[in-house]
Amino acid sequence: MSTHTEVISPGGGTASSAVGAHTNAVHNILTIGKRELAAYFSSPLAYVFIVIFLLLSGFFTFNVGGFFERGEASLAAFFVWHPWLYLFLVPAVGMRLWSEERRLGTIELLLTMPVTAWQTIVGKFAASWLFLGIALALTFPLVFTVNHLGDPDLGMVFCGYLGSLLMAGAYLAVSCFTSAMTRSQVVSFIVSVVICLFLILAGWPPVTKELGWAPAWMLDLVSSFSVMPHFESFQRGVIDSRDLAFFLSVIAFSLFTTGVIIRSHRAG
Amino acid sequence: MIKVDNLVKAFGPKLAVNGVSFTVERGEVLGFLGPNGAGKSTTMRMITGFIPPTAGQVTVGGFDILEKPIPAKRLIGYLPENAPAYADMTVYGFLNFAAELRGLRGEEKRQAVHRAVDMCFLEAVIHQSVDTLSKGYRHRTCFAQSVLHNPPILIMDEPTDGLDPNQKHEVRTLIRRMGEKKAIVFSTHILEEVDAACTRAIIIDRGQIVANGTPRELRQRSEYAGAVAVRVQGVAGSVVTQKLRELSTVRRSAVVSEEAGSVVVRAFPQPNPRNGELEHSVYDLAVREHWRLLELRTEEGRLDEVFRSITLPDTARGNKEVAS
Repeated sequence: MSTHTEVISPGGGTASSAVGAHTNAVHNILTIGKRELAAYFSSPLAYVFIVIFLLLSGFFTFNVGGFFERGEASLAAFFVWHPWLYLFLVPAVGMRLWSEERRLGTIELLLTMPVTAWQTIVGKFAASWLFLGIALALTFPLVFTVNHLGDPDLGMVFCGYLGSLLMAGAYLAVSCFTSAMTRSQVVSFIVSVVICLFLILAGWPPVTKELGWAPAWMLDLVSSFSVMPHFESFQRGVIDSRDLAFFLSVIAFSLFTTGVIIRSHRAG
Repeated sequence: MIKVDNLVKAFGPKLAVNGVSFTVERGEVLGFLGPNGAGKSTTMRMITGFIPPTAGQVTVGGFDILEKPIPAKRLIGYLPENAPAYADMTVYGFLNFAAELRGLRGEEKRQAVHRAVDMCFLEAVIHQSVDTLSKGYRHRTCFAQSVLHNPPILIMDEPTDGLDPNQKHEVRTLIRRMGEKKAIVFSTHILEEVDAACTRAIIIDRGQIVANGTPRELRQRSEYAGAVAVRVQGVAGSVVTQKLRELSTVRRSAVVSEEAGSVVVRAFPQPNPRNGELEHSVYDLAVREHWRLLELRTEEGRLDEVFRSITLPDTARGNKEVAS
């Protein structure tokens, strides 16, 4: 009790030394993240999402991707669909992150607590990303299957999963940002699907052809936004620092923008 | 504890809050009154650091809310308008979450949650999820969240909104009791709450403070303040009114009600009356005229009337009671 009153008494700010502030930040992020993760699993969303994700990835891998017909011990037929699966599923997970807080008014509670805006942003993002990671990890029977049928390159499988997780994180950060813009989850969903679609298609010939009039540097700029080449190099089993940097900077930039939006119109 | 200095908030071209200044010390309960849209919630949101002011400064316990938000926010317990709470959490989970963010751990946290649950009578619903709660319980859950860490400063936006009369009474009693040791600001539309719980009240209208004083001082701004009402039996109202008006101490008088056998007439004092002057002269008159006096009462003034006369546009004033 004594430490508590010491912390809250005015002028007792000495209690928060640099180390104390640091552990405090971690504690706040964990608290917010834990709540967010619990929120997923206390609603049907988590279970619906996981079931649909597993069903769809199974369907595409075996029925469309021709997993068995390929005659190779790899998960290529599985990973190749991920950019498209995530296009709809990830915004569905991320759309509620801030829209819901705004709609319920709990954003007012959260941001008047002694936590910083970035702690809440990181906590919420990390929780949703972890949730996507859990869904992705539940595809583990595929790894056993392919391991049973042949002799896959496990390093390549690992890289595939890592790339997939990073791509999910990038999409999620974009959804987080669109979610902060509006109290309507539907608007948030649609806008983030469009942005993610752009991230997929940016380097695609029909898109670059459309920009034929543009100078080469601009074409390069647009196509460099595409997630596809980065994701593909992970699928080939390569962890390139440039690919890592790409995904991490999309995440960092989107979260930073989220922060700017949250700070600028909190009252809305 | 709270110092608000020349606070301004503009939403586009509209000034929601326009130059509001006041201070609240420990031991004070400040009632924040005003019509809807007067800027009460906006002011509270700026004090709690939820929205930044366009201009002006808020200092909480010596910390500037913009420059040192974290230590300032530690001192504050806040009940936002409409008492938001996470719908998917249980009451217990929600309070624990709030306690964690308030930096409470372990045994300390357990005790704090327990105390808040006791204080707000939430025992019966503690394991229920928030979206299954009635409005009153949900409100109290959010209330519990605001007092959890025993903050020296409490900001409450309509703390009795949506409660039944018993709960309203409980909350007012609680506010008054906590106000002895804390600095409290709460907004309300219910004027009787000002009397029931406040040591001071501010009336805010169209973003500006239009009155600031103790409930008693505010009441004295009423035209009824200091008026004397008499209930007399067996005499016609017009006669009583006429006789009263002839007194030098009476500016004007009016019949309030006339029922079978008894009449209530109100006499308004001259400007700046001496203490007791009006009462004495009215009593003497009643004795002289052999009126059967059933009641003689000095009015303290009415807050609702003060509120209305201050916050209504000029044209809408004064059509409530037409004096004779």
